[in-house]
Amino acid sequence: MVAISDILLGAAAAFIVTSLVGVFRIVRGPTMPDRVIAINIIGSNVVIVIALLAAAIGETGALDIALVYALLNFLLSIAISKFTVERGGVL
Amino acid sequence: MTLREIAVLVLAVGGVFFAVVAVVGLVRLPDLYTRAHGTSKSETLGAVLALAAVAIAFESSLSTLKTVLLLLFMFLTNPTAAHAIVRAAAEQGIEPWTEDEEAEES
Repeated sequence: MVAISDILLGAAAAFIVTSLVGVFRIVRGPTMPDRVIAINIIGSNVVIVIALLAAAIGETGALDIALVYALLNFLLSIAISKFTVERGGVL
Repeated sequence: MTLREIAVLVLAVGGVFFAVVAVVGLVRLPDLYTRAHGTSKSETLGAVLALAAVAIAFESSLSTLKTVLLLLFMFLTNPTAAHAIVRAAAEQGIEPWTEDEEAEES
C-alpha cells in the first residue's frame, strides 16, 4: 500500500537525479547556448520538484514560489537570447 | 488503491520517464540544435505530466487551479524559451552538426 505523498516524493527524487545528470552539460558544453539550454531544463525541473514537494507535504504556499521561479526561468532564457544577438554576449 | 492514487502514480511515472528521456538527449546528442530539439519537447511533456499529477493529488480546489495555471504557463513558455535560445545561436553563426565533424570531435 503506497500513499500519494510517497509517490510524489519518489518522483521528486527522480527529478533531482535527472537534474544532477544535466549538470554534466553545463560543465562540458562547448558553446554558451548549450549551457543556457541545460540551465533552462534544470530550472524547469526545480519548478516541478517544488510543486511535487508542495503536494507531498501539504504546503500549498510553495506553489506561489514555483510560479515565480517559472517566471524567472523564462525571463532568463529570453534575456540571454536577446543580449547575445544585440550586444554580442553577456558571458 | 483508489482511482485517484492510480491516476497520480501513472502521471508521475510518465513525467519521470520523459524527464529521463530529456536528460539522455541532453547528454548524448552531438550538437546544440539536436540537443535543444530533443530536450525541449520531452521536458515540456514531462513537466505537464508531473504537474497534472500534482493537480490531481491536491485536495483543495484553489491549489488545483493554481497548479493547472502553472502547467499552462510552462506548456507555453518552455518551447518559447528553447526557440529563442536556438534562434539567437543561429544568428550568432553556430554551424549545425554534420557527418564529417564526428571524427574530430571524439
